Amino acid sequence: MMTGAATLIPARKPPRLARKARLGKARIIGVCLVALWMLAGIGLGLYLAGGWDNGYVAKYGPRYLHGIGTTIALVGLSVILGAVLSVPVAFARMSKNPFLSLPASAYVYLLRGTPLISQLFLIYYGLGTFHKQLEAVGLWVFFSSAWNCALFALTLNTSAYQAEILRGALQSVSPNQREAAVALGLRGLMTLRKIILPQALVVALRPYGNEIILMLKGSAVVGLITVYDVMGETQYAYSHEFDLQFYFWAAIFYLMIVEVLRNILARLERRLTRHLPQ
Amino acid sequence: MLSSLSLLGFGAHGYGDEIAHGVLITVALSLATLPCGLLVGFILALAKQSQDAILRLGVDIYTTIFRGLPELVTVFIIYYGMGELIEYTLRLLGLSLRLDVNTFVAGLIALSVVFSAYACEIFVSGMKAIPAGQYESGPSLGLSFVQTRRLIILPQLIRIVLPGLANQWLVLLKDTALISVIGLADIMRQTHIIVHTTHKIFLFYLTAFLLYLALAMLSSVAIRVIEAHVRRSELA
Repeated sequence: MMTGAATLIPARKPPRLARKARLGKARIIGVCLVALWMLAGIGLGLYLAGGWDNGYVAKYGPRYLHGIGTTIALVGLSVILGAVLSVPVAFARMSKNPFLSLPASAYVYLLRGTPLISQLFLIYYGLGTFHKQLEAVGLWVFFSSAWNCALFALTLNTSAYQAEILRGALQSVSPNQREAAVALGLRGLMTLRKIILPQALVVALRPYGNEIILMLKGSAVVGLITVYDVMGETQYAYSHEFDLQFYFWAAIFYLMIVEVLRNILARLERRLTRHLPQ
Repeated sequence: MLSSLSLLGFGAHGYGDEIAHGVLITVALSLATLPCGLLVGFILALAKQSQDAILRLGVDIYTTIFRGLPELVTVFIIYYGMGELIEYTLRLLGLSLRLDVNTFVAGLIALSVVFSAYACEIFVSGMKAIPAGQYESGPSLGLSFVQTRRLIILPQLIRIVLPGLANQWLVLLKDTALISVIGLADIMRQTHIIVHTTHKIFLFYLTAFLLYLALAMLSSVAIRVIEAHVRRSELA
């Protein structure tokens, strides 16, 4: 028996089965992109091989190695000192007392709202204006060295960022946890050490890792104030030889340091969060 | 003290106009970078969502390189490298021209590349936060790939990624200061020049510092307005 609908609506062919195209648009674009990267890689390799000069290696090789050491030492020290400095700042920011929380907020806002390069120049060049006053209090010895100024600026900068990471992590722990600790009769410091910190630090792990990598990249600006880190050595070599390849070598060194660090941090995170459901 | 302040004034004796010009350049560079970086970042994020592993690999290389390189190195390489590459190409074509790369264009490209690499990661994590049913609903309603992205995904995506992108905008604003090293007359560069003529070092570097702070504060206000606008349809 034929219904009206079947006569009014002619039967259509069923849709073709969705078939995964072997050479879809995505594949073509992807292959082009990867080929472009390979070409760029080969081009860079040929360029660096063509510009290879044993005289350069003898002259600038040790300097670059030293520069890598300087970068790592500078970033390592400032991250550790910044971490120490960030603790009182974070707690001051969370305080209910406005005389504590307002200055701490201002500190964080000032350092996070301005470029590191402007902070660095203000400290390195700007403090020279107060040469006499600083000498009177015995601080000039410290601020007359570019390395110290760089360390000081980087430490202040990272302490503000780390204070925010720490604050966010501590506040991410549910207040119920603190109440439970009180109910169990634990005291303030014990609560912090046994209940709050273990949960907060897991949350803070990834932001801390990102901050270290950002610091490593940000530290390149200290090369502008005659600190001989990787960037400083690059500027030195470039100003002597006018050869662009030094910048490419700097890029390779930085990428290598960052990738090694990223892998270490990822491994560390996996290890420290192995008790959590993935 | 008064003479120091008059140095900051406008007109023939003050350096206010020079600094204002620097502020203008800084703002113009950031505002020009934003749409370029966002567009490239969004396209890269779409590619990173693709089923095709080779396409994802191509994008991964991009984001790994430009998120791993210090911005300063990227700026130098793009500025000097672009000049060298153009000259080399011209030499191959038999032309021997001395070309100076525009610092604004070089800065725009360098900052866009860095911004897009970070924006890509933000977009990808936002796209992952949208349930798969939303993606599937598009084709089932007869919408094309582009229509699905534009009409269904993007409106939801904007709300999710806005805080991340706002943060990245503040990073961009600060990164513009790095373009001063290749000679773009932004706040930092103008300050550098003025300091060399006036020797009022602390005063002018402090001014630059406070100007960046003011720009960041202004941005925070604008971001808050945009966020309120985007979230207007949400229940309180």
